[in-house]
Amino acid sequence: MTSVLYDAPGPRAKRRNVIFSVVFVALLGLALWWVYRTMDDKGQLEWSLWKPFTESQAWTTYLLPGLGNTLKAAALAMIIALPLGAVLGIARLSDHRWVRVPAGVVVEFFRAIPVLLLMLFANEVYVRSTDISSDDRPLYAVVTGLVLYNASVLAEIVRAGILSLPRGQSEAGYAIGLRKGQTMKNILLPQAVTAMLPAIVSQLVVIVKDTALGGVLLNFTELLNARGTLAANYANVIPSFIVVALIFILLNFLLTSFASWLEARLRRSKRGTGAVLGADEVDDLNAAEVGDTHKAGGGGPA
Amino acid sequence: MFDFISDYDDPTLLGAFWMTVKLTVFSGVGALVWGTLLAAMRVSPVPLMRGFGTAYVNIVRNTPLTVIIVFTSLGLADIFGMTMGAPDDFALQGFRLAVLGLAAYTAAFVCEALRSGINTVPVGQAEAARAIGLNFSQVLGLIVLPQAFRSVIGPLANVLIALTKNTTVAAAIGVAEAALLMKEMIENEAQTLLIGAVFAFGFVVLTLPTGLFLGWLSKRLAVKR
Repeated sequence: MTSVLYDAPGPRAKRRNVIFSVVFVALLGLALWWVYRTMDDKGQLEWSLWKPFTESQAWTTYLLPGLGNTLKAAALAMIIALPLGAVLGIARLSDHRWVRVPAGVVVEFFRAIPVLLLMLFANEVYVRSTDISSDDRPLYAVVTGLVLYNASVLAEIVRAGILSLPRGQSEAGYAIGLRKGQTMKNILLPQAVTAMLPAIVSQLVVIVKDTALGGVLLNFTELLNARGTLAANYANVIPSFIVVALIFILLNFLLTSFASWLEARLRRSKRGTGAVLGADEVDDLNAAEVGDTHKAGGGGPA
Repeated sequence: MFDFISDYDDPTLLGAFWMTVKLTVFSGVGALVWGTLLAAMRVSPVPLMRGFGTAYVNIVRNTPLTVIIVFTSLGLADIFGMTMGAPDDFALQGFRLAVLGLAAYTAAFVCEALRSGINTVPVGQAEAARAIGLNFSQVLGLIVLPQAFRSVIGPLANVLIALTKNTTVAAAIGVAEAALLMKEMIENEAQTLLIGAVFAFGFVVLTLPTGLFLGWLSKRLAVKR
């Protein structure tokens, strides 16, 4: 457990650590006490505000439908974005300039635009040029925005997954006489998909979080929006925020943990090439292309 | 064709993007400071601080930014009466609340980037530093962090670009930045596609040079090993 940065503590360091701990606890306690006092002063700790969450009505009327919509939008976005992202990612690796360049432009463009703008834009397009009912429109707009953004992120994940495979894999494919498409389909993609799984799962967290955007600005009745109606009914702004945040945190924490479990498992397994695209490595992709110093782990030679 | 731009005078198109830039800069600085502190806590020898840093990062990373931003307005300002030093000026108050929320959220990502940077510093460096008698804060402040910062400019650039895009969430509490103006414009004007293109272009202009410059910088400053 000792870190690079400090030795195993001796008697003096132990004493100092205890002092630091005490000071830190005191500060933290002070902050918590202040939060408690303020909440108490504003009457946010009264049982009547928290009671709704112990009864089924608040859950069945507001929170569960909201959570359902959040999950629905996230699942739809993921299912549509995944094949789209795969196509874009593979197109970006194409040997033909006329395929590679447009795919690159599309990917880079949608990655540079905030999801919220994409959602607002999609919503307006649906208002003007389609006859989707106004009940369904927010869901459509949210999913469209999420798909456009996440397809391009997933395209980068796919590209990184394929690039993370050792060069010998495709060389071996060509050596036994496979064509480019066959090498991709039979050798590279199956391995890349395994390598990408953790990154894909952790992208789900981003999607779940982004659904909340639709709640405030497009009136999509997801969890955060359901919180508003709930709080309007029971007048419990702070408790409802805490409960909704807890649901989001729990859900995403499960996904994050699953992703890192998957990553650890894949890294451990003897099969495969050992190429694993971790949860945090996708954002680093561009940086990795310019200079790969930060991935150097222990900092070996060269 | 571009008449719609001059029809809006508060905020103007440039004014709205200027607000986006201000949000990015202020919350970026805040996130950098708070994120560095968090990273220092996460690698510190005091288990309690490590626990706090870990808990903070895990909780904040898994909370939607929208929840945080909306909470600053409906929770902190309305219920707890936090006026951020601007009790009467609601525009300024909204801006400061948004900066607070954005900084608190982004700090978690800055912390993670820095921590991965700290891991890239070779063990021998810290060992040598300790061998000449430096204590933890000296090892961290003089030897490890300067190298870590240089190696994580790339990831930090990604955090900054994500922050630029995330500032649009401030529209949720009525801060007059680009996303809010675009929402207003496309609802009122007929040229949806053109307006969308203008705002998209605006964000590409904001994020592309940042990415290129910091990418160049990270290559230049990388510690060659």
